[in-house]
Amino acid sequence: MNTSAHPNIPSSMVSVGGGESRKSKATGNVKMSAKDVKVFYGNTQAINGIDIDIYENEVLAFIGPSGCGKSTFLRCLNRMNDTIDICRVEGKIVLDDQDIYAPDRDVVLLRAQVGIVFQKPNPFPKSIYENIAYGPRLHGLAKRKAELDDVVESSLRRAGLWEEVKDRLDQPGTGLSGGQQQRLCIARTIAVSPDIILMDEPCSALDPIATGKVEQLIDELSESYTIVMVTHNMQQAARVADRTAFFHMGDLVEVDSTDTIFTNPQNQRTHDYITGRFG
Amino acid sequence: MSITIEQRRQHRLMTIEKSLATRHRKEKRFRRLGLMAVMTGMTLVAILFASILMRGVPAFWQATFFMELYFDPEVIQLEEKPERASGESPSDFNQRLSAWQTQAGLVNWQVLIDRALEDKLSEDLEPSQLRDLRALLASNERFTLRNKFMDDPSLLGQTIEVKMLASANVDVWLKGNIDRDLADARQQLSAQTRAWADQLYEEGIIRNAFSTALFLNTDSRSSPASAGLAGAFMGSLFMMMIVIALSVPLGVASAVYLEEFAPKNRLTDIIEININNLAAVPSIVFGLLGASIFIGYLGLPLSAPLVGGLVLTLMTLPTIIIATRASLRSIPPSIRQAALGIGASKVQTVFHHVLPIALPGILTGSILGVAQALGETAPLLLIGMNAFVANVPSTPFEQSAALPVQIYLWQGNELRNFFEARTSAAIIVLLALMLSLNALAIWLRKKFETRW
Repeated sequence: MNTSAHPNIPSSMVSVGGGESRKSKATGNVKMSAKDVKVFYGNTQAINGIDIDIYENEVLAFIGPSGCGKSTFLRCLNRMNDTIDICRVEGKIVLDDQDIYAPDRDVVLLRAQVGIVFQKPNPFPKSIYENIAYGPRLHGLAKRKAELDDVVESSLRRAGLWEEVKDRLDQPGTGLSGGQQQRLCIARTIAVSPDIILMDEPCSALDPIATGKVEQLIDELSESYTIVMVTHNMQQAARVADRTAFFHMGDLVEVDSTDTIFTNPQNQRTHDYITGRFG
Repeated sequence: MSITIEQRRQHRLMTIEKSLATRHRKEKRFRRLGLMAVMTGMTLVAILFASILMRGVPAFWQATFFMELYFDPEVIQLEEKPERASGESPSDFNQRLSAWQTQAGLVNWQVLIDRALEDKLSEDLEPSQLRDLRALLASNERFTLRNKFMDDPSLLGQTIEVKMLASANVDVWLKGNIDRDLADARQQLSAQTRAWADQLYEEGIIRNAFSTALFLNTDSRSSPASAGLAGAFMGSLFMMMIVIALSVPLGVASAVYLEEFAPKNRLTDIIEININNLAAVPSIVFGLLGASIFIGYLGLPLSAPLVGGLVLTLMTLPTIIIATRASLRSIPPSIRQAALGIGASKVQTVFHHVLPIALPGILTGSILGVAQALGETAPLLLIGMNAFVANVPSTPFEQSAALPVQIYLWQGNELRNFFEARTSAAIIVLLALMLSLNALAIWLRKKFETRW
C-alpha cells in the first residue's frame, strides 16, 4: 500500500500532507451524482449500492484496499464497464441532470464528456501528434489542419509535455518514457475537452519524479475540470484531493474532505485503513 | 562437536554445485536434441529441393532445331491474304479471312519441314525413310510453321532461319535419359532416327535451347515435346484471384465480427468449434461439396477455374478466420480501451486501431492460406480439373487445367523418361510461385508492422 514515492513518511503518520498548500477550486455545484449504484460481475456483486455526489471542479480521490470496487465504480461513471460482457450496472448515475444509463443515452457523447486515463499508459502506436489529434478529429471538433495543430499544442501544453516533445511530434508516442506517455494520455483526454476526467491509478506505473509531475498536472487541471481519481497511494490522495472517498468490500464507507478523512475519520474501518491496520 | 554455520554454508554450496552439473548436462542435451531436429528438417528440405532442381532444371532446356527453311511457293499455293477493302462490312471480311485460313490449313506444311531436314542430312531419302525423318521433330511444329506464315504471308518464297522443337524422344535420346545400349526393339526411336539425331547434334543443328514452349504452350498429347504450362498457369492464376477476392474479405469480416462484436454465447461457441473443425476437414471433402453444390446444383461449368476458386475459397476460409482471430486477440485490450475512452464507437475502435495493428498478422495468415490453396490438388480432381484441356483460358468460366493438377497428370504420363523432368520443372514453377507469395507475405508484414 505504501509505495516508494515517499518512503520516509510511514503510513501511520499520514496527515493532510500537501493538502495545506492546495486550494480547492470546487464550486459546490453537483456535477455528477450516483444513487444506489450496484455492479454485478455475473452473479458476483462487486458494488453494494453507492450514493455519492461529485462537485464541479473538485478533485475527488477514491482510496481503499485492492478489490474494494473503487476502480469498478470509477468505470461506471463513463460506462467503460459496458465493454465487459458479464458486467451489469443497477442504480442511477446522473450527469448534469441526465441519467447516463438511460436507454437513449449515447455512450460516445458521454465519453466525450467524461474522459478517462488508465493505470498503465496506453498511447496509440502512432505519432505523438496523431495520439492527440485522434479525439478532436473523431468528434469533428477541429476541422482544419490549423485548428487541429492548435488543439494538439494547447493540449500538450496543458499536460506539461509540449516543451519535451514539440520537436518530435511525428515520432511514435510509444517511444516516450513512462511518465511522458501518461502525460500524453492525459493530453489526449483533455484534447476533446471533457467536463470530467476519470483517472484510474494514473501514477501506479510511474517513478516518483514522473508521479510528482502528474500530481502537479492534476492540481493545475482541476482549475477547469472535475477530476475523479482512484489511487492506491494514500499520500497521493492527501496531496492532491479535495475530498477523499474510502471504499471497502464494495461499500462506500466514508466520503469527506481529505483533511477530515485523514485526521478525523468517522468510521472505524476508515481509521484502521489509513493508520495501516489493513490494506 | 556440532556443525558450524560455516560448514553448513559449505555444504549448501556443494549441494547446489552438484545439482548445477546435472542441470547443465540436461540443458546441453536438450539443446543438442533441438539442434538435431532442426538439422534433420533442413537436410530433408535440402534433399527435396536438390532432387527437384536436379531433375527439373534440365527440362527448362530442350533439344531444338536451328535450320533454314524455304517457304516454297510451289507447296504453299495460296491466294494473297485478304485485306479489308474500304466499304466492306466486317462480317464479309471475316468470311473471306476465314476462307483463306482454311486454305492455309490445307497446305502440306510438313513437306517444307521434310525438305529442310533432307537438306541438312544431305542424303537422298527413300519414301520409306520418311517416317524415321518425321520422328525427329515435334509433330505439331507444322502448325507452328502454319501460324508463322499466316501472321506474315510475305515469307512466301523466302528462306529464313527457324527454330523448331525436336520430338520428345529425340530430346530423351540426346540427354541420355534412355539407355543407349538397349536393343532396337526396346528403343523409342528407330536406329536410323537415332543416328540422324546424333549426327545433327554434332553438326550443331540440334542444340539445347531454353524452352519457351514450357511457358507459352498448353498441355499437348500428340506432341509431348511442346507441352507447356501456360494453360495450367492461367487456370491457377484465375483461381488465386477468385480465392483472394472471396476468402480474404469474407474471412477477415467473419473473424472481426466473431472476435470484436459477436456476443459470447452458446451459438458463437458452436460457430467457433465448427470453424476449427472445418480447418481440419480433408481437402478432398471440399471437392465433393463443390461438385455437388456448384456443379450439380448451381450448374456451373465443369473444370472451370471459377468452380475451382470457389471450392478452394471454402477450404481457405477457416484458415484465414483462425489466423485473423489469433491476430486480433493478440492486440492488447488497452488499445481498445484507450480508443473507447476518448469516445470512439466500437466500429471506429476496430477500424482505426485494432485492424491496422492486426493487419500484418492478418495478411500473413491470409497469404499462407492462399498459398496452401494454390498447391491443393485433391478437390480439383473432383470438379473435373484433371481433364485434358489444350487451351489457355481467357476467362474463369472456361475449362482449364491447374498447376498442381498438371503436375499430377504429367507425373502419370506414359512417356516417363521425358515427362519426369517436365514434372519436376512444373514443380519448380509452382514452388517459385509459392515462394514469391511467401516473400510477399514477409514484405507486407514488414511494411505494415506497428512499432511499439
